[in-house]
Amino acid sequence: MTSLATLLEQQTVIVCVGAGGVGKTTTAAALALEAAQRGRRVCVVTIDPARRLSDAMGFDPDRAIGNEPQQIDFAAKGELWAVMLDTSTTFDGLIRSYAPSEEQAQNILTNDFFRNIADSMSGAHEYMAMEKLYELHNDERFDLVVVDTPPTSNAIDFLEAPDRITQFLDHRLYKILVTPTGGLARVVNFAAQGFLRTVARIVSASVVDDAIEFFAAFDGMEEGFRGRAVAVHDLLIADDTSFVLVTVPRNDTVDDAAAFIETLADADIAVDAIVVNRVHPSFGSDRLDDHRDGPLAPFITVLHDSQAVAAGQDTVLATLTHELPAGAVVKIPFLDTDVHDLDGLASLAQWLTPEGTP
Amino acid sequence: MDPARFFAASRVLIVAGKGGVGKSTMSATLARTAARAGVSTLLVRLTPGGPISRLFATSELTGLEQTLHAGGGPGGDADVRGRLVTPDEALAEYLADHGLARITRRLMSTGAIDVVTTAAPGIRDLLVLGRVKAFEASQVADLIVLDAPAAGHAVAFLQSPTGLRGAVGAGPIATQADDVLEMLADPGRCRVMLVTLAEETPVNEVIETAFALEEEIGVALGPIIVNGLVPVPDGLANDFDTLVAASTPKISAADIAKLRDAAAFRLKWAARQNEQVMRLSEALPLAQLHTPYVFMTEPGPGELETLSNALSVGIDALGEDDA
Repeated sequence: MTSLATLLEQQTVIVCVGAGGVGKTTTAAALALEAAQRGRRVCVVTIDPARRLSDAMGFDPDRAIGNEPQQIDFAAKGELWAVMLDTSTTFDGLIRSYAPSEEQAQNILTNDFFRNIADSMSGAHEYMAMEKLYELHNDERFDLVVVDTPPTSNAIDFLEAPDRITQFLDHRLYKILVTPTGGLARVVNFAAQGFLRTVARIVSASVVDDAIEFFAAFDGMEEGFRGRAVAVHDLLIADDTSFVLVTVPRNDTVDDAAAFIETLADADIAVDAIVVNRVHPSFGSDRLDDHRDGPLAPFITVLHDSQAVAAGQDTVLATLTHELPAGAVVKIPFLDTDVHDLDGLASLAQWLTPEGTP
Repeated sequence: MDPARFFAASRVLIVAGKGGVGKSTMSATLARTAARAGVSTLLVRLTPGGPISRLFATSELTGLEQTLHAGGGPGGDADVRGRLVTPDEALAEYLADHGLARITRRLMSTGAIDVVTTAAPGIRDLLVLGRVKAFEASQVADLIVLDAPAAGHAVAFLQSPTGLRGAVGAGPIATQADDVLEMLADPGRCRVMLVTLAEETPVNEVIETAFALEEEIGVALGPIIVNGLVPVPDGLANDFDTLVAASTPKISAADIAKLRDAAAFRLKWAARQNEQVMRLSEALPLAQLHTPYVFMTEPGPGELETLSNALSVGIDALGEDDA
């Protein structure tokens, strides 16, 4: 039986997935902390952590600039490191490592069209989270990387984004445009030019010029990017990579989570563990019908409400967890955990591995 | 303040909030509450799915307008209608409207549309807002309620016209951006209503979003909706032990423990929420509307009416300057 604790001890990559607002970032941090307590050298990649969490981890925002891992001051058998993902800087680093010259890198980095890709293209956050994961996985300082994924409505953006953006960078249309003309290519080139003029009418000529300049500067680098996207994909489907789904026991969120599991399964990825945050307590049923109209009525109402929530969440969760072994489903009680500091994170970690830290 | 006046204060309500706070449910509740006050409403969503069809017990929203709740009846309710406006459709429609129908298919099929939207980031968002503005202008309903993208994205979404205005110079997109900016800047045409839960992270986010919206976009903010407040029934604070001792027939020790634990949990939960409500009031000088926690995993039309009642009560209690 694979429990969450076993994953923390054995895997080299743990990817936390789930909808926004379910406590994914905090869960990722607690998983990393628990693995460090078990003697591993762990780096957690957090994405836009709430202020309190970064404070809790002793994260210094000034030192965080540069996108480099910082060791967290925390007594453990292993080591706990954290890095706050900076999409833009990570993308720049990738360009620098594949550009044949510093000049070409600069041409790309200062291009407005590239800045749009790095800062706001849909999927850029997911792409760079996976890129950072790959980079840290190959960093000898760490033997486990825990990565939080950006809140997303599209289940496997992080899986598809590297391919999608790589394909985009390798865009056929622009390849034609920037290829030196001659013969048949020249004819195609004219057609493409006409097409671009039409596009320019919509969004103005200067932005189209930026785009052409970008593709010209990027020419020749797509091979490296494609190779990297393949390597990232291989890492995600590797045996020592595990996916942990984070959810809350609410109907719509669980529906999203179920769809998530299905989409991952289509990509040959199994969810190895589920963390359910904000689980309401169950106080048990009662036989107090004789008192419904008496002075205890408000107390009975409250007990019944609680039971309705508890029963509802059990039904909702059953659909999600029935295929996993018991030790791979962890429920975190609502209100009992409040992560204000590292101690709070450590107590959350105890709930994640209820069998205790060896 | 009379709900009819509250909902007449602007023709467009943009509802924004972090994922998981009940933003879509509150969009539906606002739409239904307005209709109950006789204000006909069009509910606009940008992505398929969500709780709308369950709350109104209708089929899923599509790009075709449908009735979600027919008006009439003794209360003189107006209609709630709903439709989907997806960013991709908005872009395709825009291109077609500008005589570019022929290249639209080619843009889409070659993937060149991604180049256009990357060259002009926010163009999809702008065009969605453009559609909303067109609904407003054609007076398809007294009120348009837009279920906006999750907060964080909400700021970027509403910033799209400003961002594009600078990037594209003159031309049809610039005109569109100007028109939308004009709408956003006019409190008589458009207000943003933020939704949050009374919890630490959502409250922090909503405070940040509120300041960003006011400072960077200059859009008027309506009251803030604090959703999911757990009720504390009257009498829950009474002395439990005395009540138990006086009850007949006698209650088993096991039942006493359950009642005590459930009540303690409820009071602790409500107290935590109350701290956050206070913190929000101190940080944001906006009126608040409170809606209750729903003890149901699948809220339907009954729960929509309950939420709508709570919203009406809250709006009634607003001062004249709080709209």
